[in-house]
Amino acid sequence: MEGLWLQFLLTIDATLRVATPLILCAMAGIFSERSGIIDISLEGKMLMSAFAAASVAAVTGQPWLALLVAIGVSVFLSLIHGFACITHRGNQVVSGLAINILASGLTVTLGIAFFAQGGQTPFLKGDQRFSPITLPFADTLRDIPFLGPIYAEVISGHNIIVWIALLAVVVTSLVMMRTRFGLRLRAVGEKPEAVDTAGISVVLMRYQAVLIAGVLCGIAGAYLSIAHGAGFVREMTAGKGYIALAAMIFGNWRPLQALYACLMFGFLDAVAARVQGLELPLIGEVSSDLILALPYVLTVIFLAGFIGRATPPASIGVPYVKER
Amino acid sequence: MTKTTQHNARGGTPPPAIALSGISKTFGAVRANDDIALTVTPGHIHGIVGENGAGKSTLVSILYGFYQADSGDIAINGQKVQIKSTADAIKLGIGMVHQHFMLVPTFTVLENIILGHEHRKGGKSLDDEIALARQELSNLAQQYGLEVDFDALVADLSVGLQQRVEILKTLYRGANILILDEPTGVLTPQETDQLFEILATLRQQGVTVLLITHKLREIMAITDDVSVMRGGKMVAHLTTAKTSPEELAELMVGRQVLINADFHDAEKGEVCLVADNITLTGDGGIPLLRGISFDLRAGEILGVAGVSGNGQTELLEVLSGITPPTSGEINIGGQVIGAHQPATPNDVKNLGLAHVPEDRHAMGMVLPFSAAESAVLGYERQAALGDSIWFGPDLLQNHCAELMQDYDIRPADPALKCNLFSGGNQQKLVLAREMSAAPKILLVGQPTRGVDIGAIEFIYQRLIAMRDQGCAILLVSVELDEILTLSDRVMVMNNGASMGIVDKKDADAQSIGLMMAGVV
Repeated sequence: MEGLWLQFLLTIDATLRVATPLILCAMAGIFSERSGIIDISLEGKMLMSAFAAASVAAVTGQPWLALLVAIGVSVFLSLIHGFACITHRGNQVVSGLAINILASGLTVTLGIAFFAQGGQTPFLKGDQRFSPITLPFADTLRDIPFLGPIYAEVISGHNIIVWIALLAVVVTSLVMMRTRFGLRLRAVGEKPEAVDTAGISVVLMRYQAVLIAGVLCGIAGAYLSIAHGAGFVREMTAGKGYIALAAMIFGNWRPLQALYACLMFGFLDAVAARVQGLELPLIGEVSSDLILALPYVLTVIFLAGFIGRATPPASIGVPYVKER
Repeated sequence: MTKTTQHNARGGTPPPAIALSGISKTFGAVRANDDIALTVTPGHIHGIVGENGAGKSTLVSILYGFYQADSGDIAINGQKVQIKSTADAIKLGIGMVHQHFMLVPTFTVLENIILGHEHRKGGKSLDDEIALARQELSNLAQQYGLEVDFDALVADLSVGLQQRVEILKTLYRGANILILDEPTGVLTPQETDQLFEILATLRQQGVTVLLITHKLREIMAITDDVSVMRGGKMVAHLTTAKTSPEELAELMVGRQVLINADFHDAEKGEVCLVADNITLTGDGGIPLLRGISFDLRAGEILGVAGVSGNGQTELLEVLSGITPPTSGEINIGGQVIGAHQPATPNDVKNLGLAHVPEDRHAMGMVLPFSAAESAVLGYERQAALGDSIWFGPDLLQNHCAELMQDYDIRPADPALKCNLFSGGNQQKLVLAREMSAAPKILLVGQPTRGVDIGAIEFIYQRLIAMRDQGCAILLVSVELDEILTLSDRVMVMNNGASMGIVDKKDADAQSIGLMMAGVV
């Protein structure tokens, strides 16, 4: 019994670790899409900033500087997306796709040029990266039956970015629903004309939104390469940007629901890793591929309207043009 | 709310609330506003009438900072101003209720009203601000008779209430000049009456109202002054009490150069289409067609006259099978179409009916297609184009080249994209496609809109030739002269209803104008 409980807690712990980049990217997606700009470039921004963070950390050994550069790179990509979609009213999906393709190729090319390790960056050690923070008394409390392990395994031992991600959910939720900025942001994604006729610049609002999305994706990227991992590996985002997008849709473009969706997807991921090759009674060998496919299957079912109803912002994907 | 100007302080008559002079605005080749002058007396309800496309909306958009005029001056309350943006206009006390509401459906009434002006009351947080705004708004609502549930979602409100929110929004932002762009288009008659009561209250409280409409009844009912626009120009400024709907209708429609159409009487044949008490109800229960009945005979042109927006578009859509009627039926050669016997446009086409839609760009052709491709749209399954799944070699090109020769379409290049032809030649291409199908019945909407004089004459001759061959033609046009020139009989529409059908010999501009204005 004790062992099973610990197994469960370790799975929850892993869930948090896996879900962190999803949460950050889902919040990024919410900012962008609530303003009316589709952002499928979460993936590319995350990949590019993961590479940037790992490179800077490898060269300078400064994780905080690496995080800053990662954010800068991601924001730059956001601005390109904004320039194409907001200023020039281009197709938002095409622009996002272009960024993803660019990131996929450029990271490997630059990686080989910089470090000559087949597209990887050098292995980071010690304080070159964000290490887990052990909360006070974690070891002392570990032995308290039942509750002790929760504190020691699930709550303690995460790096700073995990906490930033959770904080981001709270902040996103408050900004969206309780501030003037949030009111305008939501309005601009629903009915930009209403914002324009109220004397506010639609263009400026949308740029602000994609900028924030850039910052959050940058943090997510840095998490992958210098907090969760210890260096950049080619294609290390492995579709997490798209899963975050799915989680955002699953959460109906709302921060808290998106958090739950991210945790659920993270949990499925963590479970899949643990049941690999496991024989269960009646079912037989569990296919981890099937579990990994679940997020996508669930999202498709959700979008088809079988569970609840997805209601995207009304003006999403539509470039704003003043009508004649 | 009240702004005392320097002029008032000096004691003379107050300066005009709005004074425009020499306002011009060009979109591409279209001169939407041409040297417009306008003076609006403070505290008056000033109407601007004109047909769709006369430039009314452009003018008020300039006033509200949506566009900037190419030239001209604007003075508000006697002060010469530059309105570069909507924010400028709001600062000057100008509020606008748009034709299509500028409300976020998923927000509450209160959120919609404070959107963009969340700092007005100086609340610390958004919640504070909302609480402070609620107080002021309930005062405003009471003062102007604009009661509405502030916490309701806008999506749940009726159109009339949404409009109330729009008015409240402008007042909250400090407007003392209120522009309403076609405010009654979406309202039921009852809601319209309520709106007029509100406007009267606003006038009483000293608010200046600029009312944009194409409905003469409204102008006569509520305005103090009226200005008439036509073709981007301001053609008259009148005092409402001293004018009449007939005079306004004549000014709006205007007189065009008479075109030689060589009209002659012809023998009428049998009845091909009978419309029996057709009604159509739009979104939110607004009646669009109110019991239209007529019959259409082979070898005649039945003209449908009316100021645009009085149900003509809807009538064409119902007859051509695009929209099923709400009640009533259409009998085409024995085949009945009604609410319970719906027909697709293709069914109707197979009954021998062809349709030249009013808006050729939206419905008549696909602009990025080549002329040859647009020339077969809707007829692509015709045997003449080959009965295999492939179009025969050069079949489309040859087919189009024939049409181009027959209808004198220039340049005669079937491969040229539709959007590269002039308006007149685009129209001739659509006419050629529909007429060459040799229909028994032809519906034609605005055949000469945006078409040059030479092409107009050609189109008139073709329509008369079709009639002489025994085709039954229903001609919808807002050009009264066109109707009078071409029609054997004229049906006049007003507010979705037929005002009567007049024979050619009894139809003159005077009597038709009265019917168009809804007087008779």
